[in-house]
Amino acid sequence: MRRFSWFNTVSLTLGFAFLYLPMVLLVFYSFNESRLVTVWAGFSTKWYGELLRDQAFLDAAWVTVKVAVFSSTLATVLGTMAAYVLVRAGRFHGRTLFSGMIYAPLVMPEVITGLALLLLFIGINLDRGVFTIVLAHTTFAMCYVSVVVSSRLTTFDKSLEEAALDLGCSPFEAFRLVTLPIIAPAVISGWLLAFTLSLDDLVIASFTTGPSATTLPIKIFSAVRLGVSPQINALSTIMIAIVTVGVITASILSKRAAVAQRRDEQAAIRAE
Amino acid sequence: MRRFVLIAIPYLWLLALFLVPFLIVLKISLSDIALSRPPYAPQLDLAAGWEGLKSFFSELDFENFTFLTTDDLYWKAYLSSLKIAAISTALTLCVGYPVAYAMARAPEEWRPTLLMLVILPFWTSFLIRVYSWMGILSNEGVLNQVLLWLGIIDTPLQIMNTTTAVYIGVVYTYLPFMILPIYSALEKLDGSLLEAAEDLGCSRLEAFWLVTWPLSRNGIIAGCFLVFIPTLGEFVIPSLLGGSDTLMIGKVLWEEFFSNRDWPVASAVAVVLLLILIIPIILFQRNEQKQREAEG
Amino acid sequence: MAQTVFAPWTDPDQKPIIEFRNVTKSFGDFTAIHDLSLNIYEREFFALLGPSGCGKTTMMRMLAGFETATSGDIYLSGKDIGHVPPNQRPVNMMFQSYALFPHLSVWDNIAFGLRRESKDKAFIGDRVEEMLRLTRLTKFAKRKPHQISGGQRQRVALARSLAKAPKLLLLDEPLGALDRKLREQTQFELMDIQEKTGTTFVIVTHDQEEAMTVASRIAVMDEGNLVQVATPAEIYEAPNSVYVADFIGDVNIIEGRATQPGTKTGIAWAEGQPPILATPAKSVEAGQSVHFAIRPEKVTIDVERPDRPNTFRGKVIDIAYLGNISTYHVELAGGQMIKAQMVNARRLANRHITWEDEVWVGFTDTAGVVLEE
Repeated sequence: MRRFSWFNTVSLTLGFAFLYLPMVLLVFYSFNESRLVTVWAGFSTKWYGELLRDQAFLDAAWVTVKVAVFSSTLATVLGTMAAYVLVRAGRFHGRTLFSGMIYAPLVMPEVITGLALLLLFIGINLDRGVFTIVLAHTTFAMCYVSVVVSSRLTTFDKSLEEAALDLGCSPFEAFRLVTLPIIAPAVISGWLLAFTLSLDDLVIASFTTGPSATTLPIKIFSAVRLGVSPQINALSTIMIAIVTVGVITASILSKRAAVAQRRDEQAAIRAE
Repeated sequence: MRRFVLIAIPYLWLLALFLVPFLIVLKISLSDIALSRPPYAPQLDLAAGWEGLKSFFSELDFENFTFLTTDDLYWKAYLSSLKIAAISTALTLCVGYPVAYAMARAPEEWRPTLLMLVILPFWTSFLIRVYSWMGILSNEGVLNQVLLWLGIIDTPLQIMNTTTAVYIGVVYTYLPFMILPIYSALEKLDGSLLEAAEDLGCSRLEAFWLVTWPLSRNGIIAGCFLVFIPTLGEFVIPSLLGGSDTLMIGKVLWEEFFSNRDWPVASAVAVVLLLILIIPIILFQRNEQKQREAEG
Repeated sequence: MAQTVFAPWTDPDQKPIIEFRNVTKSFGDFTAIHDLSLNIYEREFFALLGPSGCGKTTMMRMLAGFETATSGDIYLSGKDIGHVPPNQRPVNMMFQSYALFPHLSVWDNIAFGLRRESKDKAFIGDRVEEMLRLTRLTKFAKRKPHQISGGQRQRVALARSLAKAPKLLLLDEPLGALDRKLREQTQFELMDIQEKTGTTFVIVTHDQEEAMTVASRIAVMDEGNLVQVATPAEIYEAPNSVYVADFIGDVNIIEGRATQPGTKTGIAWAEGQPPILATPAKSVEAGQSVHFAIRPEKVTIDVERPDRPNTFRGKVIDIAYLGNISTYHVELAGGQMIKAQMVNARRLANRHITWEDEVWVGFTDTAGVVLEE
């Protein structure tokens, strides 16, 4: 093992300072008394109170969560199916087009995806609102889910499924009883990814929504276009806190599971 | 039968909500602007049968694309998008490589934590991460306050609403995309390779240049594409940090659509942007493919 | 007490449990199985042996139902099973990777197949306990697969595939992942379990020692063809081709020409040397080109010329000392190398043949086989 040099220490310190300082400042100024975000005038939580009394923000948050739950769930189902088709269905007509349509949305600029979907919804005369945002989010999120799930499926030992068939399962039972429980962690992270993408999306939602539905990112965007606002800082702090707690909990849980697994495996080797 | 249903459901979904919309964009980009709603003509009238189809096709033309070449707003926007994407990709590489390198050299028990720290911002809202810089870069923002207090400058620097702010925003938001592939390439690097290089007479710097750098090249290429491709069509960063000075094609498309309500031109802008994107996307795919093959 | 020898393949009245009838299997341009016919009988422990890519795994997967034959039919107990899906065949398979379900305990893994038949709970419980006893796993019933050792996993896989009491059990390289010692021990366990349960076993292996140990009959395969199907002793002592002789065990192969027709012949193998006296199983023609194959342990090595039908002079080039035996590489006149194996009955200091010594090798006229090719 090489010595951990001063150069590396400096790179890591500066790199992580760059990544985290802006967010720390954001959180810090959310507790500022002054309306001028950058002038410190003492500690206060009044912006949180104001935020929670602002009905428009609460409505937007509710719409966003609704959209995220529906679209990520639907995207997980469709994306898992698509991953299974990509990895397991073998050759079929139009397979190239299919995998192209799975990978294209990952690199497609959001402005184009949004524009295209909007033109479709207008073309078929669909009333725009929560429903159209859910359709749009499902479409691009399912591609992310299918990438996550299919990378898990490719490392999946196919003989496990064959063993299930051999022991009397129908193909669907084999999927339900063997494949799904084993790939469940990937499916869950696919869902989480879809959920965050939906929570986060501004551009596609702006294109595909109608006057009836405003999501939180749309609301934030129109508020911050005119400059910084302490209310948005408060909102950002809440969102950062939720994500941080969630990610840290998840990583601790999965680390614990990995440690337990390693311990069991070592015990099994010793017992031999 | 069951297999057919399994394939058909996601397939039809993507056809209806991904491929068909793009065909519509393509079609509208070839149509003329109209003042009616929807604001473009011709409309495909299937009831008119063959005649309708014929008149539909006869009215399609490349007028909008010609328009894009005549109005210098558009090609300037494309060029400036390419320039901004290229420069910010290079900057992101300069910032990301040392971090990835240091992560890969860090003691093994730190690495999962460091990795989580890089991924964590990715789970927080993109919009909020861009917004966080507004408070820092503005004239009365934190950065100017600190610089003034230190006596480095006398008058606040105008960073907000310039291209510099866009660079900072891109580097900041896309940094994890650069770090992760480089880190995964460097982490696989066998430490004994460097020892072998030094044993054969390389200095540390030569060993880095002759061994580490070439072996992390695939990670660098992947990282660069992962930053370059989305930056090219970026909308949020230029519109929040770049102000009216910064010309980027994502913003132009948005304004063409929402402010000017010129759907055919917006669609033509989208089609050209796609055509520009195809080249880096194909190069990226080929790099990934090569890497997969190399790894067997 | 005379025991009846188990050899149903010699009895024309016996009905085979499995019949391959002119089975061909192609994957695109590649033909994995070539117009192959084979009968396997009840209670047999049948080994498919060959190098990787010879088609043995394809044969097994066709029996399990994961592949369908391109042409030809496969019968199980007189019933064509060509289009029966794997989950409806009375056949179970033990996978090379064991394919134990990682999310289920040992108990639930073994019960998995029984539950699919929706047998009542009490029956499933009894059957699982029986299987756990049979494979000595009762202590580990509640563990997950990653909490037990490799050898135990192997036994769980066996118990799981036997739980449904299949007519036929397929074993795909079942011992490949175990180390040598454990493998030898497990081979005898497998034979024991096969005898106790009376199930027909078909095992796929590339390890000839393993096939020799466990199998009642061995099918040696090469590039999609059956080269020889016979008992281990026949395969070893009377291989029907150079390929089989070479694949199983160590062998000396000498090319030559038959000097006399019939079933007693000499084989001219080198200029100015006496011919090898041999006894072909089938009569040969004079002048026919043949291969003479003889196992090293049937060749003796002496300082004095021994009194044997075949004796040749040579020089010791190399000695491989393996502890219990030593193999001498002797160069005969004309450069022909021959290996002779001697049991090291005496301790090292007492042995008298060493490198560069001029020696005599000798063997009887029935010790080797004459192969036409």
